[in-house]
Formats: sequence, C-alpha cells, structure tokens
Amino acid sequence: MRRLAEGSLVIDEAVLQRVLADALRTGGDFAEIFAEDRRNSLARLDDGRIEELMSGRERGAGIRVVVGETTGFAHTADVSEPGLRGAAEAAAAAARGGGGGVRTVALSRVTAAAPNAVTVLPESVPKASKVELLRRADEVARSAGGAIRQVSAVYADGRRQILVANSDGVLASDDQVKTRFSISCVAVGDGGMQTGRESVGATVGWELFDRYDVEELARLAAARALRKLSARPAPSGAVPVVIKSGGGGVLFHEACGHGLEADLVGRDASVFRGRRGEEVASPLVTLVDDGTMGPEWGAIGIDDEGHRAGRNVLIQDGVLTEYMWDWLRARKEGRDSTGNGRRQSYQHLPMVRMTNTYVLAGTEDPDEIVRQTPHGVYVAQLGGGQVNTATGDFVFGMTEAYLITDGHITEPLRDANLIGSGPEVLRNIDVVGNDFNMGSPGTCGKDGQGVPVGDGQPTLRVRSLTVGGTAA
Amino acid sequence: MTELVDIATRVAGWARDGEQVEAYVARGKSTEVKVFEGDVESLSAAESAGVGIRVVTGSRQGFAYAGSLDADVVAETLAEARDNAGFATPDEHLGLAAPDGVPPAELDLWREELALFPTDQKVEAALELERLVRAGDPRIRQVESAYWGDSASESAVATSTGIVGSSRRTTCYVSAYAIAGEGADTQTGGGYSVGRAPSDVSLGVAAHDAVDRATRLLGARKPASGRVTVVLEPRITATLLAILAGTLDGESVLKGRSLFAQRVGEAVSVPDLVLVDDPTDPEAYGAARIDAEGLACRRNVLVDGGVLQGFLYNTYAGRRAGRASTGSAVRAGFKSGPGVGARAVAVQPGPASPAEILASVGDGLLVQSVSGVHSGVNPVSGDFSVGAEGMLFRGGELAEPVREFTIASTIQRMLLDIVAIGNDLERLPSSAAGLTLAIADVSMSGV
Repeated sequence: MRRLAEGSLVIDEAVLQRVLADALRTGGDFAEIFAEDRRNSLARLDDGRIEELMSGRERGAGIRVVVGETTGFAHTADVSEPGLRGAAEAAAAAARGGGGGVRTVALSRVTAAAPNAVTVLPESVPKASKVELLRRADEVARSAGGAIRQVSAVYADGRRQILVANSDGVLASDDQVKTRFSISCVAVGDGGMQTGRESVGATVGWELFDRYDVEELARLAAARALRKLSARPAPSGAVPVVIKSGGGGVLFHEACGHGLEADLVGRDASVFRGRRGEEVASPLVTLVDDGTMGPEWGAIGIDDEGHRAGRNVLIQDGVLTEYMWDWLRARKEGRDSTGNGRRQSYQHLPMVRMTNTYVLAGTEDPDEIVRQTPHGVYVAQLGGGQVNTATGDFVFGMTEAYLITDGHITEPLRDANLIGSGPEVLRNIDVVGNDFNMGSPGTCGKDGQGVPVGDGQPTLRVRSLTVGGTAA
Repeated sequence: MTELVDIATRVAGWARDGEQVEAYVARGKSTEVKVFEGDVESLSAAESAGVGIRVVTGSRQGFAYAGSLDADVVAETLAEARDNAGFATPDEHLGLAAPDGVPPAELDLWREELALFPTDQKVEAALELERLVRAGDPRIRQVESAYWGDSASESAVATSTGIVGSSRRTTCYVSAYAIAGEGADTQTGGGYSVGRAPSDVSLGVAAHDAVDRATRLLGARKPASGRVTVVLEPRITATLLAILAGTLDGESVLKGRSLFAQRVGEAVSVPDLVLVDDPTDPEAYGAARIDAEGLACRRNVLVDGGVLQGFLYNTYAGRRAGRASTGSAVRAGFKSGPGVGARAVAVQPGPASPAEILASVGDGLLVQSVSGVHSGVNPVSGDFSVGAEGMLFRGGELAEPVREFTIASTIQRMLLDIVAIGNDLERLPSSAAGLTLAIADVSMSGV
C-alpha cells in the first residue's frame, strides 16, 4: 500500500497567487482556481467481441469569482499562467466587479487523509489484462444456457487529479482513482426478451478484482435475466415492499437525499426546508452521508472546493439533524461546508452533492422481515430513480423483484417503477434489518452534471408503496 | 471552421499503409446565466475544444480522445487510438465511411446574430423571465431557477477514406422552473423556449408554461389504480418517440437487443401511424447536414401505415446488415465514437385537435409530465412504467389534477393501443417532435 505520488498536475504556488489576485482585481469577494487532470480508459465487449478500447485525456481549470450574490465562472484548457489569467479575467468580468483594489492571498495547504490507498494503479495494468477480464466474464455468462443470447461487459477506470486554491487561503489537492466493471445479459424465452445486469465499482485501482470475481458477477447477471423470463407483470397499486440489503440505497438517495441538499433547501425547493430538529422519518432510520467511506464509489479525500470530506449524520433516529452544504451556501449561513461541494469537471461550477449515502443497520433478522410480510413485493435490485424535491414525489425502478406470498418470496416480476412521497415513505419504514450492504456504483445527475455516488442500506420494509406494474 | 477542417484533414493524412484514420474535431462556445430572486446567481462563459480519433487497422478498431487541439496532444491521441486498436477483436465489417455521393441538405443552422447579442441582454432576459413567472399567478411561491443559455458549436470530420465534412449550429434557450403553493400544498412546473437565434426565444411562452403547469397541479391527489386511456401532451409523446426510435437502431437489431428485430414488413402499430426520422427538415431541432461519420443526413421512414419499414444504420451496422448507412451515425461530442441514433423523429400529424381528442376519448387522464424514464422503461423487454402527473378528464372536460402515480404498459402494446393522433405538431429541444397522442388501456397505479 502506498499513497499516490503528487501527480502531473503541478501549478506553481506563486502562479496560483498571481491568478487569484488577478481574479480579485475588479473587486471580487472570493476567487477560486479548480484545476483538473483526468485520464479515462474503457474497454467494451459486446456480441462476443472486444468491440472497443477507448482512452481519453482532459486537462483544464475553472475559475470562479464571487461578488455579493453573483458568481462569475470561466474555464480554460490552458493551465499555463497566461491561460489561467485569461480565464480569471473572464470570470471576474462575468461577476461584474465592483470596488476594485489589490488583494494578496496567502495559501496554506489543506491536508486530508486519502479515503483509502490505491494498490495497483490501473494505468500500470496492461490493456491485455483488462480485455482478458471481459472475455472471461462473457464466457461464463454464455455458459449459463442457450437462452442467454447476448452479453455486453464494460471495464473502465479513471484517474482524476485535482488542485484547488482560493482566496480564503485554501490550497488542496487530491488524486482520485476509480475502477468499475459491469455486465449485462439478454435472455430470450417464449415471452420475449429479458435483461440482467450486475455492476461493481470502487475508489480503488485494479485491486477491485481482488474484492470481486467477474465470473461470479457474470453468473449473477445471467441468472437474473434467465429468472425474469418467467416473470409475471408487477402489481399495480400500493402494497408492502421489502427491499433487500444493498439493493436499494437509491431509495434514500431519492426519497430524502436530494431534499437535504442545502442549495435546494435554500431555494425553497425542498419538502425538508425548515425541519431541522423535527422527526421526519421512522425512529428506525439513521441516515449518513460519508465522503470518507473508502473505498466506496463516492469516496473523496477533499471535495471539489478543497474542503475535507466528512461523515455527516443527516437523520438520527428519525430526527433531521443536518443538511449537506457546499462553500457558497454555507457562507450565506455563516457556517462551515460539510465537504459536499462537488462538480463533474473543471468545466462546471460546484454545487451541493451527495457522496456515499446510507442507512445504518437495525436489529431485525432479514429473513424474519419477509416471513412477517403476508403479502407484498420483495425488491432484490433497484435501478435508478428521480425525485421532485419540492413536492417530495420520487420514483425508482426495480430490476429484480418477486412477489411475497404468505411470508415467502415466490414468483419473479417484470421491471417497473415504484412511486412514493419521500416524507411518507420515510415514516412508513416499519422494520430495519441487521444486514447492511452498500449497493452498486451510481452516477447522480443534477442540473446536467453527473458525479459518482455510493449508496447502501440494510434489508427494510416500507408498509405501503405504490408499485407501477400492469397486473390488476 | 476551416481551422477545424484543416486539423481533421491533417490527422486523417497521417494514416499509414493498410490503416484507416478518422478525426472528429469539435469546438464550442457557450454562455449560461442563472438568476434567483432578482439577482444573477451565476454567469458562466465557456469555450471548449477537443478531438476524437478512430483508427481501423487489420479489421480492428481503436478510439481515443483529448480535450485539447494542441498539435502534440493530437499526435499522442492518434498514437493511443492505434495502440487501442491492437487489443480489439477483428471484425471484417469494421471500416470508416466513404463518400457515397449523397449531397447534404442545404441547411443553415448558424445565426450570426448570436455572437452580436450582448451579455447584459442575456442577463436581462433571464431576469425578465423570472419576473414574468413570479407575476404570472399569485400562487407562484418561488421561482426555483430561471436561465438563459446559448451555444455556438462547430465540428469537422475527415477520414483517410475521402470524407471531409463540417457543420455548425447555434442554439439559444430560456427556461424557468416554478414552485406554486396554496396552503400546505406545493406543486412545480417547468417552461422553456428554444431557438437558433435570440429572436427565436419567447420569454412569454416559457413563463406561461411554467406558471400554468405548476398552478394547475395544485390540489392534486393520488388517484385510484385502474385502466385508463391516457392522452399524452406533445412533450410526453416526444419522450415516448425518442425511446421508440432507440429500439429501431440497426446495431441493436443485429445484436439481438431490439424487440422489433425480424419484424420489418409487419404491422407493429395501428394503421394510422407514420413515423419518420428526417434531419433534413430545417424546422427540426435535431436538423443536421451530415451525420457523425460525415455522410449526408437523410430522411428515413421507420413506420408507414403501421408497418415497420426498417432500421437506422451507421457505416458499421450497415455493412454488417449488408446494406448502406442511412446517415444515422451520432456521437456524444468528441469523447465517443459513432453509434447509431435518430436525430429528428416525428409522427405524421392526424386530423384532430387536442380538444377534439379529449372530447372523443371522453374520460381519461391527460399526462403533463413523466419521471423515471431511465429507470422504468426497459427497451429490450419493452416494459414501460413511469411516474406521472396530470389531469383527469371527464366528458372531454378537464377535471381534477393527480400526482404520485405511475402509468404502465409495454412499448409493443402502446403502439397497437393508439386511439388518436393530434394535429398539433410541436418542435421540442429533443431528437423527437411532439404532438398529442391518445393511448388506450394503460395501467394507472395509485392508491
């Protein structure tokens, strides 16, 4: 195990100070340089062939200048001093500079523990090994039976080196390495086609595959597609829903995660506005957002504003304790950021984003939760979701689900969305299991920006949730 | 523009013997103004450029991209694409597009006036939009966001097989998201207006839409579950058409992933349905002269008289299917190679106005928004289940608003259950145009 070496993204401190001074020359209250060097590689197998190997490199800096309530932003792919100073001037002009004057900035380095160490940098692994991984997965998935008609699999890694310097004196950097793998199978039967998918990812290097066996993932994805061939339409209407551990963290991401982001709260666009200190969920629910949770998919050393990642308890035993904050919204309230200021790339402004969001384990035996449910739906795997934070209404898709009949998991169900109201669903959680697991890696989209997030939960039951199937 | 063509042509010229090289070079400039409570919250001015390079050698393909047009970076990117090709599986159908003699449509998608439109007027437009929304109805409690946005993008593609093409376009938009409140009830609605030039954009239309959509949902309840006829507003129809077009991608068909494979020549919908992808239509938002491989875009009829006519192809999928490209290569900027996709799908309008459709259906559900499209629609199995909001109607008249429910069917069944096609073709910022569409026997899941 070793800490990553300081990467190739080195900008001289004196240059950073001059650029920040330039950015503030027309009277800004705050200026920030966010520089990023990102390398991505991807290998895709489809239709039995290694169809594509792709690699990409992007590098640049985004500069933000804040004057009063207004943020000016400009970015450049040129990280030389003239390039940075050009962007600084554009950002300052955009922020409509007021008073003018000269400010000097003294930078002091923020040190943050890396959420985890990277053992094997993906860029050091031969492409042939990555390709071989996909071939093995393909072979195993296809061996699951003739009904498996198609398999696609993706290996991808990314390394993102960032540097943040701002006029508050913050100087921080981070080296974020992520690796992921996914496999999708199509099975064909009398009733048409069905799909099964598995995906894993973590803030680690090639050692991801010490933790996960791609052959096992391939078997799971193929089995899921095959089982769904005999699936019947999901029910239509409100029923008790049991969600399997690790399969459904996205429920909380949508039901309340977004609504606890301080920017949405500040815009009066959240049903959770003004509710700190109130009971907003069943007392069984304790919800945490934790950027320090290495090696999970949403882990970071610092956020994209140079603040240390944090472990923030959002809901404690059902009571809303805290929102998630970025620098801008925290400044308005005269408080500290919670380390949730994130952005997709140097071409974007940061905003409040989740990291790894999860519900802590309870005490119930998960099998007992099913046994105590006479009738309902058991969701083993959820897909994505979407929420309207202002009304609290949210949906999420189920990609593997079963009927529960007389306390037993029975027939598989076809894909459908579930819909609920966040505040109601939180109150309707009536049992929480003792079997916590994190779920699949996710990309959370907000205002057109995607960032990697993790989620997790134990097995739990929602007393009543609307399942959007077609069966009467 | 010529600079981009020069770079692309230069890279294509670096092809070695027995190797094909394609360079796609793109550059864009954009502005975004976001206002909140009468102040500019943020103003972003962005310029970006990049190159994506594809190499085919020995029937293997590799791809690499870089967010820079610096000469040394471009050269490294080509080397990386070459190296990547070495690890791919050989496929005799791989190969770059070659000129096919089809001339690109004469389309002018660039408006010089955008470059002359000053930033302070963009700011003023966003502020005015926010004021209009706030003044639109006393029940508007907040304007969550109001935006001005514009972009000017140029791209060039050149190959060692003789393709040289370029295109450019400008886009402007305004959008607002309103929060309406009455008592403890909160509802939201969005409105927008899009065009190629600032003068195409209507603040009034965007504001009216946002206000109307938010306020008319006030008092909405969760409906009882049951089967209903749904009347989709144009923007919902466009969402459905974009999903449908995705299932008609020739590459998915070849790979056994389309529910319409083997069905060309069969009736897949009611006989009234004519579905066309026509990027040569200058009115279409997705209009384009050339596709992502540099071939002329063309009009492709997908469904005629309810009968499936064919699929969309890029060069690779076409060769594999034993036919020509339909000029349907698309890519998500310089960071990806060419896939297959529709740009300008539209249903041929029917005879009835939206009001006539409501009257003829009698009782049903008017759908004004859907959610969870990416999580609840499985384009392989055809299962379709999305969250929805809208208005119930009875005797052809709008009745009470409803929310927190889903509508579900399958893509296959919905095409056969179409009961009316509207005459209200609406151009939307999407790869599909909209119109009012009524579909029977859809499951509504609520209480």
